[in-house]
Amino acid sequence: MLTISMEVQIIFAGLLFLTGLAGFLVRRNIIFMLLSIEIMLNSAALLFVIAGSKWLQADGQVMFIFVLTVSAAEVSVGLALILQMYHHFRTLDADALNKLHDNKDNETA
Amino acid sequence: MNTIFFIAAAAAIISSLLAISNRNAIHALLFLILSLLSISVIFYISGAPLIAALEVIVYAGAIMVLFIFVVMMLNIGVEEETEKSWLKPGMWILPSILASILLVIFIYAAHLLHNEKTGSSVIEPRQVGISLFTTYLIAVEISGVLLLAGIVGAYHLGKQKKKVTHRFMKGADQENTENTELN
Repeated sequence: MLTISMEVQIIFAGLLFLTGLAGFLVRRNIIFMLLSIEIMLNSAALLFVIAGSKWLQADGQVMFIFVLTVSAAEVSVGLALILQMYHHFRTLDADALNKLHDNKDNETA
Repeated sequence: MNTIFFIAAAAAIISSLLAISNRNAIHALLFLILSLLSISVIFYISGAPLIAALEVIVYAGAIMVLFIFVVMMLNIGVEEETEKSWLKPGMWILPSILASILLVIFIYAAHLLHNEKTGSSVIEPRQVGISLFTTYLIAVEISGVLLLAGIVGAYHLGKQKKKVTHRFMKGADQENTENTELN
């Protein structure tokens, strides 16, 4: 079993979270933004499991299962939205969604 | 075991970095699958075998396959010009600085736990199941409702709707065909 201190594991989860955050801030392709959200959710779930193994309780793993459920629902709805976005705008650029009105002249930007 | 932890952690972080900086969507998704697999190794050696299996089956198996199918449906091979101009190395500076500030705070907070050791025994799937279906039963039911909402939402949003216009505003050729039908 692991004998390292909890500090290292928490820093690892934090590094993973910040990787996802930096990706979310930098990328403009909406698929990559969703992917970065997945990385962040996964690192948060990792932190739950680490804490659960620290106190020898099963609650951390139960929380991981709930995070998994939420992320599955989020991904399915998000990907359906991406499909609709691609269908309407023919692009995956998140900046192309700045037009709130449905003006056909601006649609082919 | 500690060596395995460090190897898997390095693999997870490096492959996540490659996933967010890659320009090809399929390559990025494959790197993300690699990252999820190495996190699954970490779950296994920190005493959560059920979670390690779920990570492989659900995350790397189901969610990533959804992503890959959508990327294949959209047929994205060529990178867009806007993304190319956004992804200049200069664009990484500010987000990286922000992330590093957060990392410093995080390391400080984690340092308070310096002497805490992680638990040294495996938490069996049996314990997880008992806890899931007794203490957290209401949460399981609520997440069932959430998944149902996800299915309905994905079905509704994923439908390719026909453009419905008013019958008097149809295109000229449609109008002509309609007129011929009437005649």
